[in-house]
Amino acid sequence: MARLNVNPTRMELSSLKKKLASAQRGHKLLKDKRDELMRQFMNLIKENKQLRSEVEAGITEANRYMAVAGSVMQRETLETALMLPKQEVELEVSEKNVMSVYIPVFSPKYRTGDADDIYSYGTAFTSVDLDGAILALSEIFPKMIRLAEIEKACQLMADEIEKTRRRVNALEHIMIPDYQETIKYITMKLSENERSTTTSLMKVKDMVLNQSHNFT
Amino acid sequence: MSEMCKTAVIGDSASVSGFAALGLSVFRETEAEKISKLIHRLAANGFGVIYITEPAAALADEAIKKYRSRKLPAIVLIPAIDGNTGEGMRGLHKAVEKAVGSDILN
Repeated sequence: MARLNVNPTRMELSSLKKKLASAQRGHKLLKDKRDELMRQFMNLIKENKQLRSEVEAGITEANRYMAVAGSVMQRETLETALMLPKQEVELEVSEKNVMSVYIPVFSPKYRTGDADDIYSYGTAFTSVDLDGAILALSEIFPKMIRLAEIEKACQLMADEIEKTRRRVNALEHIMIPDYQETIKYITMKLSENERSTTTSLMKVKDMVLNQSHNFT
Repeated sequence: MSEMCKTAVIGDSASVSGFAALGLSVFRETEAEKISKLIHRLAANGFGVIYITEPAAALADEAIKKYRSRKLPAIVLIPAIDGNTGEGMRGLHKAVEKAVGSDILN
C-alpha cells in the first residue's frame, strides 16, 4: 500500500475523509451493479446457448435440403428461382436499458402482410427440396432475430461486467486502502505534533518559573 | 427511439442463397479482403444485423471484433453448408470467460 503524497494538515485530513466516504459508497454501488449485471448475464447466456443450438440445428437442416436441391437442380435454375424475392424484411430497432447497458431490441416488419409468403418461384422447375430448405429457414428466422438480439446483449454486458469488476477491484484494493492509510498517517502526525507542542510548553513553563521564582 | 434497419447475410453462394427468399440482403463473398470491406460498408449503411457463415467470419476476424462492442450492427455467426465448426458457440464461451473470469458454461 502506498501512502498518498499529501501534506499532513487538518485540511487534507478532512478532504481525505470525504473522499474515503464517497469511495466507499461508490464501491458499494458498483458492487451491487456488478452483481445484478452478472445475475442477468447468467440468465441471458443460458437462453443464448439454447437459442444458438436451436438455430444451428435449424440452419443445418435447411442446408441439408439446400445441398440436395443443389444436386438435383441446375445451378442456374436454382439461382434464378431465388433471384427476385417476394418478401422483404426490415427490422425495427429500439433499445432497452439494462443497468445502463443499452441493448438493441429488434422486431421484424415484413413487406407483404403474410410473413409466410416466401416462395418467389413457381413449383414447375424447382425441386421440392428447395421448398423444404426455404421453409426450414423461415421457421428458424424469428429465432435468428432473437439470437442476434441476445448475442449482442451478452457481448455488451460481458464488456460492461468486465469494466465494472475492474472498477470495483480498483476501489476495493487500491483506492480505499490508500485513503485509509493516508488518513491514519495524518492523524498520527497531527497527534505527534500536539504532543510535541505540549512537551515544549511544559518545558518553557518550567524555565519561566525557574527564572522568576528560583524554584528547583 | 426506434429506427428501421436492414439485415444482411454474408457467405458462400450455396450457404446463403436460401436467405434471399426470406427477404434478407444476400452477399455472396468468399475473399477475406472483400468480406472485411463489405462488413464495414454494411455497418455504415444502416444494416442492423449481419449473419455471416463461420468460414467467412474466420476470414474477417478483425472487422468483426471491431463491431463487437458497438450497439449495432449485431454480427451473428451461422453454420455454412459444409457443416458446423462450433465457432459460434466458442464466441459464447469467450463472452462468459470475459464476464465471469472463467468459462463456467458447459
